Amino acid sequence: MLISYLPILILLLVVMGFAISNIIISALIGRHKPTAEKLSPYECGVEPIGSARERFSVKFYIIAMMFVIFDIEVVFLYPWAVAYKSLALFGLIEMAIFIIILLVGYVYIWKRGGFEWE
Amino acid sequence: MEIVIPPFDLKSISPIIIITVFAIIILAIDVFFKKTLRDALGYFAILVVAVTGMVVGTQLGETVYSFSNMFVVDNFSVFFSLIFLVSTGIVILLSIRYTKQEGINNGEYYTLILFATMGMMLMAGGADLLTIFLGLEIMSISLYVLAGFRRDCVRSNEASLKYFLLGAFATCFLLYGIAMLYGATGTTNIKEIASFLANNPSLSNPMIVTATSLLVIGFGFKVACVPFHKWTPDVYEGAPTAITAFMSVGPKVAAFAAFARVFLVALPDVGQKWSVILWVLAALTMTVGNLVAIAQTNIKRMLAYSSIAHAGYALMAIIAGGDFGPASLIFYMLAYTFMNLGAFAVVIILGRKGEENANIEDYSGLGYKHPILAVSMCIFMFSLAGIPPFVGFIGKFYIFSAAIKNGFIILAIIGVVNCVIAVFYYLRVTVVMYMKKPVREFAPLSLSPFIIIALIITVWGTIHLGIFPGKIIALVQNSSLLY
Amino acid sequence: MPYFFGCSYLDLIGYVLLFPIAGSVINGLLGKKLSKPVVGIIGCTAIGLAFILSFFVFIDLLHLAPEHRVFEKDYFTWIGSGSFESIAGLQVDPLSVVMIMMVSGVGFIIHVYSVGYMQDDDGFYRYFTYLNLFTFSMLLLVLANNFLLMFIGWEGVGLCSYLLIGYWFEKKSASSAGMKAFIVNRVGDFGFILGIMLIFVTFNTIDFTEVFQAAPEHLQMGGFVVTMITLLLFVGAIGKSAQIPLYTWLPDAMEGPTPVSALIHAATMVTAGVYMVVRCNVLYTLAPFSLTVVAVIGGVTALFAATIGLAQNDIKRVLAYSTVSQIGFMFLACGVGAYIAGIFHLVTHSFFKALLFLGAGSVIHGLGGEQDMRKMGGLKKYMPTTYKTFLIGTLAIAGIPPFAGFFSKDEVLLEAFTKGSLLIWGLGAFAALLTAFYMFRLLFMTFCGKSNMSKHAEAHVHESPMIILIPLLVLAFLSIGGGFIGFPTASAINSFLAPVIGGGHHGTVDGGSLHHVSAGMMFSMMGISTGIAIAGIFIAYLMYIKNPDLPAKIAKKFKLIYTIVYNKYYVDEIYDATIVNPTVKTSFILWRIVDVRIIDGFVNAIARIVELKGEVLKLFQTGYVRNYALSILLGGVIIIVCSLILL
Repeated sequence: MLISYLPILILLLVVMGFAISNIIISALIGRHKPTAEKLSPYECGVEPIGSARERFSVKFYIIAMMFVIFDIEVVFLYPWAVAYKSLALFGLIEMAIFIIILLVGYVYIWKRGGFEWE
Repeated sequence: MEIVIPPFDLKSISPIIIITVFAIIILAIDVFFKKTLRDALGYFAILVVAVTGMVVGTQLGETVYSFSNMFVVDNFSVFFSLIFLVSTGIVILLSIRYTKQEGINNGEYYTLILFATMGMMLMAGGADLLTIFLGLEIMSISLYVLAGFRRDCVRSNEASLKYFLLGAFATCFLLYGIAMLYGATGTTNIKEIASFLANNPSLSNPMIVTATSLLVIGFGFKVACVPFHKWTPDVYEGAPTAITAFMSVGPKVAAFAAFARVFLVALPDVGQKWSVILWVLAALTMTVGNLVAIAQTNIKRMLAYSSIAHAGYALMAIIAGGDFGPASLIFYMLAYTFMNLGAFAVVIILGRKGEENANIEDYSGLGYKHPILAVSMCIFMFSLAGIPPFVGFIGKFYIFSAAIKNGFIILAIIGVVNCVIAVFYYLRVTVVMYMKKPVREFAPLSLSPFIIIALIITVWGTIHLGIFPGKIIALVQNSSLLY
Repeated sequence: MPYFFGCSYLDLIGYVLLFPIAGSVINGLLGKKLSKPVVGIIGCTAIGLAFILSFFVFIDLLHLAPEHRVFEKDYFTWIGSGSFESIAGLQVDPLSVVMIMMVSGVGFIIHVYSVGYMQDDDGFYRYFTYLNLFTFSMLLLVLANNFLLMFIGWEGVGLCSYLLIGYWFEKKSASSAGMKAFIVNRVGDFGFILGIMLIFVTFNTIDFTEVFQAAPEHLQMGGFVVTMITLLLFVGAIGKSAQIPLYTWLPDAMEGPTPVSALIHAATMVTAGVYMVVRCNVLYTLAPFSLTVVAVIGGVTALFAATIGLAQNDIKRVLAYSTVSQIGFMFLACGVGAYIAGIFHLVTHSFFKALLFLGAGSVIHGLGGEQDMRKMGGLKKYMPTTYKTFLIGTLAIAGIPPFAGFFSKDEVLLEAFTKGSLLIWGLGAFAALLTAFYMFRLLFMTFCGKSNMSKHAEAHVHESPMIILIPLLVLAFLSIGGGFIGFPTASAINSFLAPVIGGGHHGTVDGGSLHHVSAGMMFSMMGISTGIAIAGIFIAYLMYIKNPDLPAKIAKKFKLIYTIVYNKYYVDEIYDATIVNPTVKTSFILWRIVDVRIIDGFVNAIARIVELKGEVLKLFQTGYVRNYALSILLGGVIIIVCSLILL
């Protein structure tokens, strides 16, 4: 039985090997010209040192949440696209209902000021 | 590839569709006509509940499985749906003035209540573990938000967060249970699980046993039975009182509906073997709930613990099973809806802005200042304590008889002993109201025509069903056939 | 048969209930606005009408042949479906008619008396609302045609007693006495309701007629089920009728107004247990063991309460213990199978006990609230009418012929002797001796000898007004003549009640009538009981009239025994220490320690051990939530482990 899992194991090994070898190779043959910025763990502007209990604006979360919600909406559109022909009118109506419900949510967020930063 | 669209029957879910559509409409109205129509939203919500109730009423008497056997309309689900709608209706009546007073009269409030109701109906009609789970989540998420609806109040936020974290935690158990049951039987459909287990007697299969345990934990959390009860007092105390009233009835009843269906239909034999463990849980739940309630000074906390105790009685009905078990469960849930919501109605009427007046001592001398209110409270307290001629007595009598009939005599005795203990703290409220001098002036009552209607309905239900339970019991017995 | 506008009075039985409840509702809703006389008239009229109707119902019933004297009036299907149907209705038969006449009759007299007694009370309307409701509940209890309806009346009586005992709630002792009465009653009800459930499960019905008809065929003589049923029902009776060990609420119940004590002690409430046992006589006859229990508890209570009565100084408290003792007599009668003797004693007792309580009320009223007998004495000359009626009551309870108590008590003792055992008879006879003694002690201390009143009281003492005296006179008349309904050779009550005993109203079983006893035996027993009573009176005379110093000397000599008896055998203290306090404490412990500390603490400890603390619990920031979550987890683990092991 276990033999059927063999491909997965092989994949696992290949992936791991690829990642490890890349790190090793870059360490061996890459150019090393370190600067202060380059040495910091994150290069994206976040202060790496200081209190970890910093407060983020709640807006970040709301935006993130809305992104996730509408992202998931798109996920549902893919299978519909694939089976669009065979689902025919039924699929169209169902998806219309689905999208309308989401649209109401969208309008609601908009009206309640969910997209405004200030 | 040819896709076969499974047959679907919109008629069977028409109540759910109605309630969802109108909940969304309420949301939209609130957004577009913010100022002008806000007050009307509550009335509209009541109308929606009434219409849905009528549609549900027409479904009585039929048994229809639809959506690939994932959803069922039978008397059991119909009757439970009616209980949900009654409780939702009463809660909305209670809320109209209350939300205004607390400054939380947003349209979302009613939308979320309606969504939660829809989730409950889905749970009662779930013929598939996934449908039940879906309903449970819709209901729970709405309630998490509602619990924290007083946004500027720390306790309310705390209640919401606690409820959410613990609820999510407990839901995991339920989901694991469903997954394991699927693993063991290859299906999530309740009827198919039953037939699988009937054909493959593998009751001691550790997978099934573990799955059942996990389901018990998941449902146990929702009905707040010991030891999964600890969230209840904190959440009940912190949430807006109207929502506490809702939470103490709706989700509990819904969870019992699903609990009963899963245990009595899907796992009848397992359930029977399980009665030992449920027995202990029921006895613990009743006893701890009642004993701890004695020590409470805040009326909302007291009612929270009392609701735990009532979950113990209801659990007894599931354990009893047989002919009477489910019937007594349904009847008790209806009884509990009326008397508990009634008690909360009085709490809301007496409450001041910012949830004051919630200590039992604050009710001192109420009997002289507001006699009718005090009499109503007495009726609810006596009914909760199981004193005839109120409905609580008939309900308990029915459950205990069912338990004795099916051989759970000791459990029934524990139940009756608990009724004696419970008298102690319910009676204390009446003692305070009638036999103590007022500690301070009563604030003007938060009265509105709607809350008076709610009070009349609950008093009427508590008395009428206590004296004339015949018709409802006949109906309930017809509704208890779960097959 | 007399008819009332074309329908038999039997058909109107519902109105016996309707009048009192209507009176209660009217007074309750409008009483605040009505004047006191109007409230009083409404309250009294309601019960008066109920009594008149009861009387006509009784006449109607007499017109029927004895074996047909049962009438059921069904009102509606109460609980009806499939296998279980129960019809809410009222049952009129000789037993319930006797009871409703007694309840409404004595109740009416007490209502009238209350108008005078409660004249100065602010809560006048509230008082009459409760009083009517109380009478209603009791009437419902005796008229019910099934166990569940009876239980509603049963609980209603308990509820109203709580309201009435705690009526003067400003006194803390009153409100706690009310609570105590209710909670102790609930303890008894716990047995009662289990008994009803067991009946329901066994017979699949709770209807009296059906149960009693099915019982002889269904149940085996002395079988386990019937013994369990009867014992459980008897637990209820113990609570309601204040027998050992649940009698403690009754003496405290005197915290209520005196007419309420009269109502509770005489006509209603405490007699409910006796009524229930007689009603279920078919079941009890099938369970000899239960009957023995009933007889022994009755006999022991009769004696036990009588000994406590010896040393009490509060006039109402003595009467309270005498009630406990007399109810014991009734159970003793039932226990030896002499159900009719039990009911007979119940009826006569209601007359003279109401008289005694109302007389005591008159004394208390005259003395401006004084209840301590040591501060009375010599009242004979101040309150002559009260004294005379009180004397009649005392003679009746002591069992001196031809007063009412003599016939019934004599019959109880005779039955105990012939049907029971010498031991049971001895318990009863000794209790009778003590009863005669302490009742005359009460009489002598209160009305005779020299006055021990305070100056203030002496200046104010007066005979009570007519509205108080007339009820006393009526009751005195009943206490004299009431016994003749059970005159030994031609007992009217025996032949009337006979069909009720032994099931199905067929009158086949000998209803405990005295045909089997020879006349010689009967008269010698009469002589003995009279002798016992006279002996008791004589001792009291010796101690309280002849040598007033004697009691103190005796008390000194037997200090230990006296202290124990004086303190009522410390039963209340024992209950407080063993049951009440532990329960209250457990509650706090459960909450403060078990729920908050131990479970949480345990959970914390586990968390540390498993070192989940850092990893998993970082998700939950609040201290409590993680504990709650862990208690869920822990509970879950225990359940899973248990289920895996057990199943």
